[in-house]
Amino acid sequence: MQVDQALVMRIARLARIKITDEEAEGLKGELSGIFDWVEQLSELDTDDVEPMTQVVPIALPRREDVVTDGDIADKILANAPMSEDNFFVVPKVVE
Amino acid sequence: MGRKKKTSEKTNLIPGATGDWEVVIGLEVHAQVNSKSKLFSGASTKFGGEPNSHVSLVDAAMPGMLPVINEECVAQAVRTGLGLQAKINLKSVFDRKNYFYADLPQGYQISQFKQPIVGEGEIEIDVDGETKTIGIERLHLEQDAGKSIHDQHPDYSYVDLNRSGVALMEIVSRPDMRSSREAQAYVTKLRMILRYLETCDGDMDKGNMRADVNVSVRKPGDPLSTRCEIKNVNSIRFIGQAIEAEARRQIDVVEDGGEVSQETRLFDPKTGETRSMRSKEEAHDYRYFPDPDLLPLEFTQEYVEELKRGLPELPDEKKKRFIKSFGLSDYDAGVLVAERASANYFEAVLSCLKNSKRDGKLAANWVINELFGRLNKENMGIEESPVSAEQLGGLVNLIGSDEISGKIGKDLFEIVWSEGGDPAEIVEQRGMKQVTDTGAIEKTVEEVMAANPDKVSMVKDKPSMIGWFVGQVMKASGGKANPKAVNEVLKKKLGIS
Repeated sequence: MQVDQALVMRIARLARIKITDEEAEGLKGELSGIFDWVEQLSELDTDDVEPMTQVVPIALPRREDVVTDGDIADKILANAPMSEDNFFVVPKVVE
Repeated sequence: MGRKKKTSEKTNLIPGATGDWEVVIGLEVHAQVNSKSKLFSGASTKFGGEPNSHVSLVDAAMPGMLPVINEECVAQAVRTGLGLQAKINLKSVFDRKNYFYADLPQGYQISQFKQPIVGEGEIEIDVDGETKTIGIERLHLEQDAGKSIHDQHPDYSYVDLNRSGVALMEIVSRPDMRSSREAQAYVTKLRMILRYLETCDGDMDKGNMRADVNVSVRKPGDPLSTRCEIKNVNSIRFIGQAIEAEARRQIDVVEDGGEVSQETRLFDPKTGETRSMRSKEEAHDYRYFPDPDLLPLEFTQEYVEELKRGLPELPDEKKKRFIKSFGLSDYDAGVLVAERASANYFEAVLSCLKNSKRDGKLAANWVINELFGRLNKENMGIEESPVSAEQLGGLVNLIGSDEISGKIGKDLFEIVWSEGGDPAEIVEQRGMKQVTDTGAIEKTVEEVMAANPDKVSMVKDKPSMIGWFVGQVMKASGGKANPKAVNEVLKKKLGIS
């Protein structure tokens, strides 16, 4: 698959990674290579094969509906660059 | 009975400069699951805690934290699916829906995309006496996001993650609605079902139930056209207003030679208009993929049957039973089942009746007209009623057995409302019992006749005047005479057949 400049910029934007046009130029080749490599998988016919989700048959673990956690606002906010009155404070996200 | 002959297609059309338009509506309702803890963590779901107090390290998306599903949320989704007569999928899959926002610490929402827990179902709605079936496309489980507050600071937003990770059911309808009233009836009915099932409290003021409304317009008979999605409408009234405004806007755009572009819009209750929320080039690409932290959710048909056995009687069934067993009108039965608390109260009154088959309808009238009327006037809820179901049942028993008249019943209701007490005892102590003793009534009748000889001679030619005599006798007895007995005695004495 051929990845062009516009697609590289779009993928970068979706991942919130800021890249320059020069960087995009280099990434174009790298991403094309990765896609080609992954596309080899489509050589196999998997139409009647269920997606494998586990190697040993175990069921999804479940919890009882009880409150066992919380009241740790100090820990939750410990790494926040900014906080006030136990709120996270972030650059304004609306105009 | 009372059914309008007009077809709904005709009445729902919106007139435009180029002819009539039809509006097509589909709804995505987000209903918060009733549970103590969150979908994938043990933090509380309680509303109104201190900021970030109901947050675990899982909800804050700290590295290395793993989600573990809350079994009650799964059960609640299955119960809701059963209540919507929907297909329950014994296997469903959780996916990641990727996007960036300040109140979404994971950078993705855990949701269900290709394989939801509940498939197709339906809801019946009544509009203008006509019943219409609205299709449900699916119901899936997902996480709620946190809450951003934008008005605390000119340069910063404040984020509280208390809601982050709370379980939501997204219930997606088919685009089967053709008017704002149908959409409102759908949400009202859905809310009623959820509240009966106790799977969501339906509190729209707290945002526990909110709707994304998809609206498009077309000329009748045309294929579906481009739709706009109005996000997060949080009251049934606003849902109606948003649809009216958006349909009108789209008609104007098309009639002015423009084209409706697919976009997300917001309804502003202050202006009563919708406005564009984000530009098209920002159209979301969520890049869904199965969440590698979670195995598929699987359960057995026996598990579903077990939950089914535990379901309460739903409003539609209850309404039918009230109509069939007690001869209630469609309207009255509808009023009684509208809220589960009202229905429970009525059923409690029924259980106190000595002859519920005879007096069920009478009890319904008292609950609806006297009790609900009075509660409304005082701005009180059924839970705060000073008259208990036992007291009202006792009162209805006294009327049903002819011990007191309906009129005295109203006086008795007032006494019970303001002073409390057992209705039967009050009637006994205060001598409110109806006089059914024919001898006593005859005596009063004779007195009235003796005092009004002119009227007695007139009534021979004008039998309708008997009403005046009934009034006089009732007055003379202090309202305690049995009106039926008074009528009979009067007819006999006055010689009217």
